[in-house]
Amino acid sequence: MVHINSEKCKACGYCVKACPKGALAFGENVNGKGYHAVTVDEEKCVSCGTCYTVCPDTVFTIEEG
Amino acid sequence: MAAVKKAPSTIYGYNSFCPGCGHGIVIRLIAEVVEEMGLAEDAIGVLAVGCSCLTNRYLALDLLQAAHGRAAASAGAIKRCRPDKLVFTYQGDGDAASIGIAETLYSAQRNENFTQIIVNNGVYGMTGGQMSPTSLVGQKTTTSVKGRDPEIMGMPLKISELISHFDVSYLARGSVHDAAHIRKTKTYIRKAFETQMNQGGYTCVEIISPCPTNWHLTPLQAVDRIEKEVLEYYPVGEIKGGAR
Ligand SMILES: Cc1ncc(C[n+]2csc(CCOP(=O)(O)OP(=O)(O)O)c2C)c(N)n1
Ligand code: SF4
Ligand SMILES: [Mg+2]
Repeated sequence: MVHINSEKCKACGYCVKACPKGALAFGENVNGKGYHAVTVDEEKCVSCGTCYTVCPDTVFTIEEG
Repeated sequence: MAAVKKAPSTIYGYNSFCPGCGHGIVIRLIAEVVEEMGLAEDAIGVLAVGCSCLTNRYLALDLLQAAHGRAAASAGAIKRCRPDKLVFTYQGDGDAASIGIAETLYSAQRNENFTQIIVNNGVYGMTGGQMSPTSLVGQKTTTSVKGRDPEIMGMPLKISELISHFDVSYLARGSVHDAAHIRKTKTYIRKAFETQMNQGGYTCVEIISPCPTNWHLTPLQAVDRIEKEVLEYYPVGEIKGGAR
């Protein structure tokens, strides 16, 4: 599964575009820097790590299980 | 729960790059390669002047801030004094191909044993988006308000092609506009670092990178521009030493 550090997210959208399962979307709430941080639909996520690869801000950690 | 993919331990805190800036991706790739090679305690980075210098509060390696354009000269000197260390520069296109073009080309000409990383985003990012040597024909910047006109400003400079005239050990151009190119670019950085530590000699990776802020585009429009316009003029791939 994917862990999201919302406070680091600047909502560039690279991960939303790159995710092969369409599991990522911008959230309703804004983070401390004023961005609509990305959120994950855990039902759709397959932990492939593409989001980690394209993220300029090390928002993602991919964990086992 | 065990993490199978996480940020390298030499990256700390928050970076102050703009949303969608490619610098954050390139810095992470460098940190990943240094960590995978087990060289975090033995790496010395030389930062340029430009948005590259924002790295000094984000990357926990030994870092030196060079004068504008002089990172390559500093790195060559450091490597001569400490040949056991992994020495690399981290520079923008303005720093490495404009004010620092002499240091870049003479480092290649002498085949100095360090790795030059050049982040080519086609503008002077930090100072507000002036035209750089690598701005494309027609590109609007604060100093080419009607678009770069080759009649007045010449054609965009290809620094890797200039370097390729010298007998250097490794040279490649990558891009960070999508996942496949990011993975490929990481292998170029790794080959450059391994070549430096094994065979030795000058190694360089130029990396095409988005600067959404000064391109006046959203991050997604910026990576689209790289795919459709920038790579046509600056093709990616290994230029020297790839077969090794
Ligand atoms: C001697 C000197 N001249 C000019 C400047 C102003 N200056 C600061 S950064 C920069 C250019 C940065 O462009 P680039 O190397 O492409 O880096 P980027 O910010 O785009 O990553 C310039 C001209 C300076 N700091 N020192
Ligand atoms: S100005 Fe451009 S190069 Fe500098 S941090 Fe912002 S996006 Fe990155
Ligand atoms: Mg630049």
